[in-house]
Amino acid sequence: MLSVNHEEALRFRGTRARLTGLSPGQAAPLLREMAQQVRRDDLRMIHRARLGHVGGDFSVIDILVTLYAAVLNVDPAEPLAAQRDRLVLSKGHTAGALYVTLAHSGFFPRRELDTFAAPLSPLNGHPNRTKVPGVETNTGPLGHGFPVAVGIALSARLQRVPRRTFVVLGDGELQEGSNWEAAMTAAHYGLSSLCAVVDRNRLQQGAGTEETKRLEPLADKWASFGWEVREVDGHDHARLLEVFRRPGAGRPVCVIAHTVKGKGVSFMEGRVEWHHKVPSDEQVELALRELSR
Amino acid sequence: MSAATGVAALHDCRKAFADTLISLARQDERIVVVCNDSVGSSNLVGFKSEFPDRLINVGIAEQDLVGVGAGLANGGMIPFVSAAAPFLTGRALEQVKADVAYSQAHVILCGQSPGLAYGELGPTHHSIEDLSWLRAVADLPVVVPADPAQTAQAVRWAAAQPGPSYLRISRTPVPDVTPPGAPFQPGQALRLTDGDDVTVIATGTMVSRALQAAESLRAEGIAARVLNVAFVEPLDAAAVLQAAAETRGIVVAEEATVTGGLGAAVATLTAQELPVRLRLLGVPRAFAPTGSTAFLWEHFGLTAAHIAAAARYIMAHAR
Repeated sequence: MLSVNHEEALRFRGTRARLTGLSPGQAAPLLREMAQQVRRDDLRMIHRARLGHVGGDFSVIDILVTLYAAVLNVDPAEPLAAQRDRLVLSKGHTAGALYVTLAHSGFFPRRELDTFAAPLSPLNGHPNRTKVPGVETNTGPLGHGFPVAVGIALSARLQRVPRRTFVVLGDGELQEGSNWEAAMTAAHYGLSSLCAVVDRNRLQQGAGTEETKRLEPLADKWASFGWEVREVDGHDHARLLEVFRRPGAGRPVCVIAHTVKGKGVSFMEGRVEWHHKVPSDEQVELALRELSR
Repeated sequence: MSAATGVAALHDCRKAFADTLISLARQDERIVVVCNDSVGSSNLVGFKSEFPDRLINVGIAEQDLVGVGAGLANGGMIPFVSAAAPFLTGRALEQVKADVAYSQAHVILCGQSPGLAYGELGPTHHSIEDLSWLRAVADLPVVVPADPAQTAQAVRWAAAQPGPSYLRISRTPVPDVTPPGAPFQPGQALRLTDGDDVTVIATGTMVSRALQAAESLRAEGIAARVLNVAFVEPLDAAAVLQAAAETRGIVVAEEATVTGGLGAAVATLTAQELPVRLRLLGVPRAFAPTGSTAFLWEHFGLTAAHIAAAARYIMAHAR
């Protein structure tokens, strides 16, 4: 099991306290800078490991960074504190985005990122809660995280505590039926502390979601299942922060975050082959330059 | 065993399961039950009436069922996830693997009406593959209690220890076979009769039939050692190897397919460590024909008479 980096954790607490006091508009530039740092480290990590899911990582990073830095009530020094808020990454193949975000938040030292996917590393290609602090459940096969998040939200209800649960879903993942079982359960129990975030980048492994198996009208689907739907630009930190901060009222909340796969790197954006392609040395340099602007 | 009739009184493991769960829930408010529209078939009506908020019914949705259980455990509850065994272990196998076992969530999976209990409802409703499937999943104890006393022990053990487990709860009434004060520990088989001629290793519903077989063998001068293996995983390797060393062979009896359950576990162990003559009684790799549970036991050779015959075979063919 990896353990906390105290210095980074302290810095994280400070950042979190500062961001909590800011309006979404004021917080956005800081969140954007953090997200770009996470993208750069993720790119270097994937390049080093020769393995990863850079396209989906880059579409979800703004969501993850906004949640960890400015929304979730979590403390890297006490990753298992009973009343922490929970984030479940259901799209477990974007473990890289989660690992870098957790490391930047102090859950474990950043140097551990160098071991990503190396033999015996705690940082597997998919996240493992028994080895990586901050990971709530082991994901990888799609359609697993959402039911677990529903269970977590039910536990908060039974214990009459205010903690919030977020689950981040891929859009292609919504083709798994287990998600819709979970959506029905959450609505039936009126789990307003639960927020499902759909990373709507419109691409899955081999093709677009709409040509593979149509998801639209997606907002209508969620609404008809009894959820409050909020649609945002998934790279607009101010809007993300605004919708995440506002809890649900009587119903669970679905945030459909419209995103771009490979966001931030011109030659990756919206291109299906960057689902899990590994960049060359030249491409890394080019990408790092774009991500430093 | 009733002296007057020679017929053992039968008892309901499901009642022991429900009563123990209610008693635990009175002492510990973390105990919750998750079910899939199976309140009646899981014998949870009493639990529901006493703890209406702590029985979560996710409807007919087994993948959700197991995932929700894992989430409740993450949130600090102790969930008993109860459903008919074929659907719990078959439909939700990947959730059992990833969300429960691999994530080491303190979820107690309760497989109801296992084996051939659903008789005429047919192979879709038989749960004979569960032991093979779940033995293949790492870090998941597979527990098959033999009677109400062991069912109660299994429920208490599963709630008290920190990791996941699978409990196979018999629907078929069974005689009492567990001596008072018997221990209940992972990896520990219970020796119910002594004997150095042949060993019968049985689990669940087959244990009482193993004892009946031992009794008829004794009348023929054959001393059979009966081991009750409630923990199919982790297996009591020492007791199995001791039986291989001290007796002429081993009969294994389980109400499950022989492809990967207790018999396969015993065979794998002895073949590598101490080869011994084996007879594995169970369901062959076949879908059952139509018939009642009792008919299917007879059909597949899962009776005391079949166990005794297998023991005699070993005595006759021992090297």
